[in-house]
Amino acid sequence: MMFIDSHAHMISRTTDDYEAMAAAGVVAVIEPAFWLGQPRTHVGTYIDYLSSIIGFERFRAGQFGIRHYCTVGLNSKEANNEELAEGVMEILPRFALKDGVVAIGEIGYDDQTELEDKYFRLQIDLALELDLPVMVHTPHRDKKRGTIRSMEVCKEHGIDPSKVVIDHNNEETVRDVLDRGYWAAFSIYPSTKMGTERMVDLLKEYGPERIIVDSACDWGISEPLGVAKTAMLAKQKGIDDETIRLVCYQNALDAYGQSGQMKEDDWLNPPAIDQRTVYEGNSILRGQREPVVGELTSKHTLDNLIIE
Amino acid sequence: MSNTPSELLRIWVFRQLSEAPGNWLNGHLETLLTAPSRQAFDIAFGMIPRKLGKEDLVLSDEDLADADAARAGWNPRLWSLDQAARVMLLVNLSNDASENFAARFKDLHGIADVSELLALYSGLPLYANPEALVEFAALGLRTNIKAEFEAISHKNPFPAEQFTENPWNNMVLKALFIGVLLEPIQGLDKRANPELARILHDYAHERWAAERIVSPELWRCIGPFAQGELLEDFQRLIDTGNETEKKAAALALTLAPASEACAKVRAQLSEFDEMIEKGELTWATIADDMFENSLAITRKLNTEVELKR
Repeated sequence: MMFIDSHAHMISRTTDDYEAMAAAGVVAVIEPAFWLGQPRTHVGTYIDYLSSIIGFERFRAGQFGIRHYCTVGLNSKEANNEELAEGVMEILPRFALKDGVVAIGEIGYDDQTELEDKYFRLQIDLALELDLPVMVHTPHRDKKRGTIRSMEVCKEHGIDPSKVVIDHNNEETVRDVLDRGYWAAFSIYPSTKMGTERMVDLLKEYGPERIIVDSACDWGISEPLGVAKTAMLAKQKGIDDETIRLVCYQNALDAYGQSGQMKEDDWLNPPAIDQRTVYEGNSILRGQREPVVGELTSKHTLDNLIIE
Repeated sequence: MSNTPSELLRIWVFRQLSEAPGNWLNGHLETLLTAPSRQAFDIAFGMIPRKLGKEDLVLSDEDLADADAARAGWNPRLWSLDQAARVMLLVNLSNDASENFAARFKDLHGIADVSELLALYSGLPLYANPEALVEFAALGLRTNIKAEFEAISHKNPFPAEQFTENPWNNMVLKALFIGVLLEPIQGLDKRANPELARILHDYAHERWAAERIVSPELWRCIGPFAQGELLEDFQRLIDTGNETEKKAAALALTLAPASEACAKVRAQLSEFDEMIEKGELTWATIADDMFENSLAITRKLNTEVELKR
């Protein structure tokens, strides 16, 4: 089975994670521009960060047969540094049309401040101008109100709900999001966001329509196999294959594919130039390895002492 | 009169485009000619892959001969359509005397994605005032993205023409280090130098100490200086090397300074003399061998090699 992890901060992950994801069937990842943990203090570091996720990270993923896409945007936390925010807004249009940029994101609210609101709105307008989808980060705190407010602002700016993915949903937010016609993404992230068992229950209740499962793996204690593990557990619990395919693959492709920058052919039948340069092909698609979720042996044991 | 590189690119790109993308590109070329602005350029440059697609540029042998006639050493054989169109825009910009092209190159380079980087670098032999761009080429070679490294180093006359000895030597060493073939680097024999031979001799011994394979291509840069301890390396190849390594040794030593010691080493490789004479054993066939005899186990990128014991 092929998977897309439509929210993965691979810049913070190791090559072991890429290996494990490829082995588990992940064919593509989307890397949203986000907060690095340490606040940035110069627009220059932001520029270099965006260059990294459109450049070196794409190459790094390609070495493991994983297609790498990204979203660009000013995240909500750093929107509160006005000087930085102004600088980022100035350079953002130049990055938004680069190869493999599938949305403006992740944008939205953190503390729901005035500055966050200002730059969220400006970036929705940018997405409208460039005809790009939007990935909305919903806040950790005061989540339900923040989620509804995000959708109200989207509506006010006239962006079609089918172009907006509302991410990091939970049991409390999903109904509103689906009712209003948005894509509802769930981040399988231990302890803070969504768990695999709860996710399976949600699939039983809501079905597959407009639901997307991602991992949101980053520099925190998180799980790059979140999508694959959800798929396996869902199968064990009797969810049908088509539902799993939609929520762990197809819906993300349909939502972000609206950018024109992400097509199934990218991994099934990649252009010759890409095969020569940034994408080495997926070993599973080449039939060399079976997906081995749950049987992966960690390199980080002292059982094998040979390093070549 | 023969065509300029810009004219050739125009012909090749447009003949491959259907009407809509052709009109789009034509409109932008027109704008850039009549009302040039940085913004107009950036939009056209940025949008090219979305509008034209990323298919390979279709070129005949005759086209390639035209390329070489228009600019000696220019080889666009593995270019894509969007790459060719972008290079055309860049070449036109560099020909505009009112523009500081190096500054524009720097600006574009600073926020380029990978396909833009490939266009910027593969156009290096075609821009006016190439001297001003040497620092960017040297900077680009510090990359870990093989495709970016190859856009500068492979099938590109720019490095051999513009690099001083130090960046040249660094480029060759790094190519070996990151598993990029030497054969597509232009000017390897012409730019051979004793310092590079010493560096590569040390590098080979470092690899041998770690029980790693040494690329057979490396000996090409040592051959012209094969005396003393450098010549001893060739005896080691004869004693312990595989078939491809011995062939490479034989080829490399055709460039060696004549000496009694050298003749003694070469005599042990005489089985390859006839192949060399007939042109059946060349550095190009060595590169092919590297893939075929499992010295290299992958050929995923255009010329990437991965050396395994």
